[in-house]
Amino acid sequence: MTASQTAKPAETAAASHPDSSGAARTPGIAPGRLPPERLAGNFADLHPPLSAHEALVAADRCYFCHDAPCVTACPTGIDIPMFIRQIAAERPVEAARTIFEANILGGICARVCPTETLCEEACVRETAEGKPVEIGRLQRFATDAQMATGAHPFARAAETGRRIAVVGAGPAGLAAAHRLAMLGHGVTVYDAREKPGGLNEYGIAAYKAVGGFAGREVDWLLGIGGITIRHGRLGAELTLDALAAGHDAVLLAMGLAGVNALGAAGEELPGARPATAFIAELRQAADLSALPVGRNVVVVGGGMTAIDAAVQSKLLGAETVTIVYRRGRGSMPASRVEQDHAAAAGVAFRFWARPVAALGEGALREVEFEYTRAGDAGLEGTGETFRLPADQLFTAIGQVLEGAPEGIALERGKIAVDAEGRSSRPGVWAAGDCAAGGDDLTVTAVAEGRDAAMSIHRSLTGD
Amino acid sequence: MADIRSDFIGIRSPNPFWLASAPPTDKAYNVERAFRAGWGGVVWKTLGLDPHIVNVNGPRYGVVYGADRRVLGMNNIELITDRPLAVNLAEIKQVKRDWPDRAMVVSLMVPCDEESWRGILAEVEDTGADGVELNFGCPHGMSERGMGSAVGQVPDYIEMVTRWCKANTRMPVIVKLTPNITDIRYPARAAKKGGADAVSLINTVSSITSVDLDSFSPEPSIDGKGSHGGYCGPAVKPIALNMVAEIARDPDCAGLPISGIGGITTWRDAAEFMALGAGNVQVCTAAMTYGFRVVQEMAAGLEAWMAEKGHADLAAITGRAVPNVTDWQHLNLNFVTKARIDQEACIKCGRCFAACEDTSHQAIAIKPGRVFEVIDEECVACNLCVNVCPVENCITMERLAPGATDPRTGRTVPAEHGDWTTHPNNPGRVAAE
Repeated sequence: MTASQTAKPAETAAASHPDSSGAARTPGIAPGRLPPERLAGNFADLHPPLSAHEALVAADRCYFCHDAPCVTACPTGIDIPMFIRQIAAERPVEAARTIFEANILGGICARVCPTETLCEEACVRETAEGKPVEIGRLQRFATDAQMATGAHPFARAAETGRRIAVVGAGPAGLAAAHRLAMLGHGVTVYDAREKPGGLNEYGIAAYKAVGGFAGREVDWLLGIGGITIRHGRLGAELTLDALAAGHDAVLLAMGLAGVNALGAAGEELPGARPATAFIAELRQAADLSALPVGRNVVVVGGGMTAIDAAVQSKLLGAETVTIVYRRGRGSMPASRVEQDHAAAAGVAFRFWARPVAALGEGALREVEFEYTRAGDAGLEGTGETFRLPADQLFTAIGQVLEGAPEGIALERGKIAVDAEGRSSRPGVWAAGDCAAGGDDLTVTAVAEGRDAAMSIHRSLTGD
Repeated sequence: MADIRSDFIGIRSPNPFWLASAPPTDKAYNVERAFRAGWGGVVWKTLGLDPHIVNVNGPRYGVVYGADRRVLGMNNIELITDRPLAVNLAEIKQVKRDWPDRAMVVSLMVPCDEESWRGILAEVEDTGADGVELNFGCPHGMSERGMGSAVGQVPDYIEMVTRWCKANTRMPVIVKLTPNITDIRYPARAAKKGGADAVSLINTVSSITSVDLDSFSPEPSIDGKGSHGGYCGPAVKPIALNMVAEIARDPDCAGLPISGIGGITTWRDAAEFMALGAGNVQVCTAAMTYGFRVVQEMAAGLEAWMAEKGHADLAAITGRAVPNVTDWQHLNLNFVTKARIDQEACIKCGRCFAACEDTSHQAIAIKPGRVFEVIDEECVACNLCVNVCPVENCITMERLAPGATDPRTGRTVPAEHGDWTTHPNNPGRVAAE
C-alpha cells in the first residue's frame, strides 16, 4: 500500500484546502464548508483498486517464500504467497478463495489492515528494497474479483441442528457466524445497532470502505445461509442466561461500546464528544455537505480512531485540525504510515500534552492542555499549559466494555478467555475487542471469531 | 578507446551490429531509419522470385511474456518479402549508394535449381550489394515449398546450393543455418564444403507460442487455426550460443567465419556471441521490441567494455571463449565447491531451502530466526540455490582448496585435474599416466 499512500494524501490535502468562498472560515460548527464536488473527491477511495495489469506486475514481485514471513505476520494466517501466485496465474477468483478460507472478511481487511505493520512489514522485499509486495492491494484485487461474481465462494455443510447465539455483528461475530454456519450449525447474530457490520459499518474512515462496502460485504457473507441477524442488546432486550438456555453455545463479540471519559473540566460543553460518535455519524450521513464540522477541531488520542476523526474533519473542511497526544510520536498506537497520511491531509500534531479543561460560554471555544513528561512513576504534568482554539473536541482515548454480563470473569476490564476463546462460563465464548488479549485490529477480531467458532464446533461435535 | 569497426569476410561496417534479415529490413524506409540510428549493416529481408509471395492477413507474431509484458520470446509466421523483386532491387541499390559505409547483404531464397540461383545472383550483384546470405533457415511456410529450412535440414542440399552460388557470383556468400536439426555441425560443414565464406546462425526455432484455451487454437491464430512459426528473442539465446560454439570448436569447420544471431538484446549478449566465435552479430527481436535506437546502447556498451578490459579491436575478443568450451568428460571432477550464504545479504525468503529440500540434496538447514545455512556434508554444489536466490551475490560457490577434506565424501580434494576419462567408475577409462 505504500506506493499509493505517498500519492493520495497530497491530493486530498490539496482538495481540502479552504476555498476562497470563506465557507471554511464560518465560525463554530457548521455544515457545507466545502462544495459537494470537493467533498466527493476528498472521500473517494483512499487506495484506488489495482487494474488487472497492475495486479500482474505487483504479483510478479512476490518471491513465493518458503514458510513466508508475511503469513506468520498475518493474524488470520492467510496463505499470501499462494493467493498472489493465483493472481499471477490469472485466477483472481481462486486467489480470493484462498484468502476467504482463512479470513472471510478479507475484503475489508484488504482495505483497513495496517499492512505496513503486519504482512508488508514482514515481506522480504521490504528487507531487500524497502518496498514490500503490495499485499493489501493485491488482496483487494482478488476479493473484489470474487465478490463481483455475485456468488458466495463456499457451500454450507448439512444442517447439524445445533443453534448458536452470537452477540455482536462486527468482524469477530460475523467471522464466527460464517464459520459456524458453513459447518452446518444454525446461527443467530444479535446486534445493538440498526445495521450489522460493527466498526466496519460505523467505525472506520469513510474513504477506506467507499461505496457501501461494509454493508455489501455483510450481505455477501450471509450468502452462506443459516445465519439470522436480529436486533438486540445484551443487558437490555437480551440476557446471557436466556441466550444460553435457548442455544447450544453463545459467543460474545459485542466489541467495546463505551468510551473513556476525558476527566477534564468542561467536557460536557456542546462541541465536545467521543470521536467514535462523530465517525459513526459521518459514516451514516447520506449527504456529507449537510454534516457539520468545527472550524477549529482538536482530537485527543493517539490511535486509529483519533487519526480517522482528525483526517475526516479536515476532509470535511475544518480550517485547523490538531491531534494532541499525551506521549511522544513513537508511542502512538497509530502507525507511522497513518500518521503521515494525517499530516499530508493537513492535520497538525502536538505531543506530550494532556487536556485539563474545555473552555467556553455555552459552547466550546478553547481547550487547555498541560505539557507532560515521562516521570519515574509514569506520565506526569509539568504544570505548564497552553490553549488551542476549538469549536469541536473529539476524544479518542480508548473504548471500554459496556454491559458485561454478570458472572463472567473479566481481565483488565475485558472478558477473560482461554486460548480457545472460552470464557469462565461453560458454553460461552468471547472474541474480538470485548475479549481480553489481542490488539483491537479488525483482522485480529476475525481470527479470534473464526477460532472461537472452531472451538465451539469441536465442543458440539466432539471432533 | 577500443576499435569496434568490423571487417567480416571483407564486408566492412562501422560496428559489428547488423540487422538480421527480417521484417525490419524489408524496405528502404526501414533500413534508412536503421542506418540513421547507427546500425552497422543490414541483411535485407529475403528476396524470392516473382510472383512475390503473400502473407497472412491476420496476426503474424506471437509472444511469450515475462513480468510486466516484457518480451522474452517472439514467434513469427511472416514469409519472405511480399514485394516485387524489382522494387526491392531498386531500393537496395539506392540505399547502398546513399550509405556506402554500411554493410548491405541481401538474403535470398529461391527454388532448388541452379538457374533460379544464377538468375537472382546476377540481379543482386547489379545493386552493388556487399554480399548475399542464403536463407536455409526459415522453418515456416517456405519450408513447405521445399525452401528455407527444408534445404537447411539436408546437408547435401546446402553444399549443392552453396556451390552453385559461389560459382555464379563474385560476392561473398553467407549461409544462414536453421537450428531445427539435431547436430548443427553437419550443415555447417556442408556449407564450408560448398565454399561458403561464412555461416550465420541461428535462424528461428520451430514453435507454437501458446494455445487459446477458449477456442483451442494455437497462437498466433488465423481464423481459428495456427501454424508453427519461428521462435526468436532472448529465450533462444542459449540455444544459439551453443550452436555457435559447436561450430567454432569443430575442427572440420576451422576457419569458417560465423555471424552470430539469436536473442541479442544488449552489448553483453553480443560480446558473448563474439567470445564464442562470432565475427559479428545480427539482431532482430530487440529492434522489433524497442526500435532501432537500441544499437546505440549496444555499440557504446561494447566499446566501453572492450576499452575497460584492454581489448583493442574485435579480433581481440572473437573466439576468446572457444578454447574453454569442452566436452563434459574433460570437466575437472576435482574442482569441489560448496554453497556459501552471506547472512548479511540474505533477506530470508527461504527459496534456497525450498529448492534444495524439495528438489535437490537437502543441504540447507533453517536455523532459528530464519537463518539459512548450508550443510556441507550434503551440498553437491549444484548451484540451484544460487540460481533461485533473488539477491545477487548472496549465495556464492566457494572452492575447497586442494588438501581440504570434502565433508560430503570424506575425501581429500586433489590438487591435480581429474576427469571422467580417468575415473575408476568409467569402464572405458584410460590409464592414468
